[in-house]
This record gives sequence, C-alpha cells and structure tokens, in this order.
Amino acid sequence: MCLAYPMKIIEIKGTHASVEAEGIKRDVNIEFLKNAQKGDFVMVHAGFAIEKFDSSKVKDILDGFKEYKSAYRKSSKK
Amino acid sequence: MLTENLLRNKKVIRRIIRAIQSLGLKKKINIMEVCGTHTYTFFRFGLKKLLPDNINLISGPGCPVCITEDSFIDKALFLCKDKQNIIATFGDLIKVKGTVSSLEEAHAYGANISVIYSPSEVLELAKINPQKRIIFLAVGFETTAPLTASILKEAQKNELNNLFVLSAHRVIPPALNLLCEDSEIKVDGFLCPGHVSVIIGEVPYREIVKKYNIPCVICGFEPLDMVLSIYKICSQISEGKYKLENEYNRVVKPGGNISAMKLINEVFDIKDAAWRGFGVIKKSGLFINERYKNFDAEKLIDKPLAHGKIKNINCRCVDVVKGKISPSECPQFKKRCTVDNPLGPCMVSFEGTCRIYYEYGA
Repeated sequence: MCLAYPMKIIEIKGTHASVEAEGIKRDVNIEFLKNAQKGDFVMVHAGFAIEKFDSSKVKDILDGFKEYKSAYRKSSKK
Repeated sequence: MLTENLLRNKKVIRRIIRAIQSLGLKKKINIMEVCGTHTYTFFRFGLKKLLPDNINLISGPGCPVCITEDSFIDKALFLCKDKQNIIATFGDLIKVKGTVSSLEEAHAYGANISVIYSPSEVLELAKINPQKRIIFLAVGFETTAPLTASILKEAQKNELNNLFVLSAHRVIPPALNLLCEDSEIKVDGFLCPGHVSVIIGEVPYREIVKKYNIPCVICGFEPLDMVLSIYKICSQISEGKYKLENEYNRVVKPGGNISAMKLINEVFDIKDAAWRGFGVIKKSGLFINERYKNFDAEKLIDKPLAHGKIKNINCRCVDVVKGKISPSECPQFKKRCTVDNPLGPCMVSFEGTCRIYYEYGA
C-alpha cells in the first residue's frame, strides 16, 4: 500500500500536475512538494506526489560501492 | 530510467552479496524488513536465495491491511448496511474478513462499495452523489495519512458535508519500539520502510538506534537498494558500531516531508491504538481531531457493535505480522488458506507476507 513510483512532470496546473512514466499519464496532486517544476521526477503514491526524486543522489549509492570494494579487497588479502 | 538499469544490475548485486559474505559473519543475523514491499522485492528478484544462509530475513508489520483489526472491518460492515452510504476503499481491504464477513461478501448482497486508487476520488464521489454519504476507509501508515488529511482539508474548504472518514491510520515507530522490547523476537537490524521515511524523515529512527543500540538503514525498493542496505547492516554488526544510514537518500530527506507532516498534525490526534498481532500500542494511531470531527465516520456508529465470534480457524496472521513465525509455519498456509480463499489478511494484501510467500513459492 505504501507503493510509490517515479514519474516525470510534464505540465503543472496549480496544485496538480500531469505526470508520465513509460507511456502512462496521470493527474496528481503536488501540494506536498516545494518548487515542483516541469521535468522533475517525483514519487507518486495513490494520486499524490510525495517527494521529488533526486537522481544526482544515485552517486551516493556508488559511494556505497566504494565501501564494499574496500571491504572486499581487505578480505581478499587475508 | 537510467537509474533503474543500475539498480537492477545483476553483476553489481552479486558483487555486493560477495562483499556481505566477505565480512565473515558466522552467527545468525535476523534482519527485519519492516515494509511489505521489501518482502515483495526480495522474492520477486530472488534475492533471498542469493544471500548467505546465516542472513535471516524476517517480515515485519509494514502491511497496513495486515495489521488492521477485525473490529475496523466490522465497523465498515455496519456502515454499509445503510443504503444511504457508499463505502470507498482501497482494493486490498475488501477481501479481509471481520469477525463474521468481508466487504466483498457485503457487496455481493448489494452493499454500495466503491474501490478507489486515490483518496482524491473520494472528493469526486462526494460531489457527484450529494444525496449519499461517502465513507472512506482510511488505512495506511505515514505515507498515506497526509493524503487523507489533504482530502479532509479540501472537504472542509468546500463545505462537503456528505464526506466521512473512518480512520485506521497507524504510525510505524511505536511498533518498532515494541519489537525491540519483545524478548521473543530477536531482531539484529531494521530495513526501515522507504516511503514511510519520505514523510517522517530520519529522526524517529535515530531515536530507536540511540535507545536500543540497533542498526537501522532506510532502504529503497530496488534489488540493489536492498542488498546494499543488508550489507550496511552487516557492516555495522561486524564493526560493533550502530547507527542510522539513509540508503534511499535519492528520495528520503533527513527532515522528511515537512508540509505532509504539518498536515497530518493539523487533522489528526495521535492516540493509543490496536494493531492485529500486537494489541494496543501507545501513541500509534491517527484519529480525526476536534477541528475535523464533523467528518469522522465514528460518529455515525451510534451503538456499540456486537462483534461476531471469531471462528477457530487456526489462522496465525497475528504471529506472522510480528515476525514470530514465517507463513510456512502456519498450519493453514497453502492448505485451507490460499490466495483465492484467504483466511487471514496476510494472504489478502499484495504486501501480505503470506501472499508473497504463496505466489513466489517460498
């Protein structure tokens, strides 16, 4: 029930926006977002955008890779 | 999306699993995936089979339908007897039995029940049916509660006096506190629910880490998110230093969604509330407050309901939601209890542990 999907804003209409993902278009409420703009990716839960999706943070996952790489190297040397 | 290719990359996922193995943890590690959607991802992508044998995943209470008490369904069944009422509900809830029956059965006997995707549809139903009372069955955690709060605010603004909400909204952190204090359930770390965390942020988990000295990782819903979060929990256990980590920071902000939290606090009071399997948990339920009392469907129930007697069906959903047993330990699992004929809510919901185990052959 807490499912949410990333969708792209294609048009803003006041407190609502048209969003799209893989050809599916929906009208969603964006009242919980600050400064939502056309082109933003947002997480959509039951007809409401609950947060913006910050793709630049995916780099942080890559930092996680560094962590595992270092752990892996350490164990390989043992 | 580009990120999806990365977050489902088999090669990288296998590498991280090797890194978990390389930590050399020998003892059994019990990790609770709090959210039902995490359980779903584990099975859908076959991750459970890839993990080392000593990593034991326990499903937690993060399926709203599963922890909703029979008495809530009984109230909905009482309300749908009145032909003036239209019950609006998420689809998952209609197959769940109260003490005697389900909304699906009531619908077959003529009750007016409308399955909705979004709470926004409730506003439309109220506008186009001015002669009817629209009663929204509001279940869900912090992810969904602001949506209910939003429609109530809109209803008040537009003076919609035929819209009502029966709230079974619950908040997650008190249940995690209780799990940490339960000596029968030994949890070594929590995969914290990503979309609840979008709303509440990091602070409630920091308090849990501080109070119970247990690793917590806010986790996304892609396969890479999950193995990386498990790696982070195992690393913390390996080092003996426990903290909160936010693996899902592409969506979860440290302070959560402030405007959504503000709206929850504007519409609801937080009070002690009953959870299936847990009993009453202090300060865990969201109830419509004085300011919005005209929309509270509880006031339409003018007499105490005589609950039917629960049949002794040996359904052990109460133990499944608490992580005490896995579905395969329930005597009715895959026997009398199936997806087509569910005995308990964990077999009904798409996020229910029993249903996921059933559908993915676990």
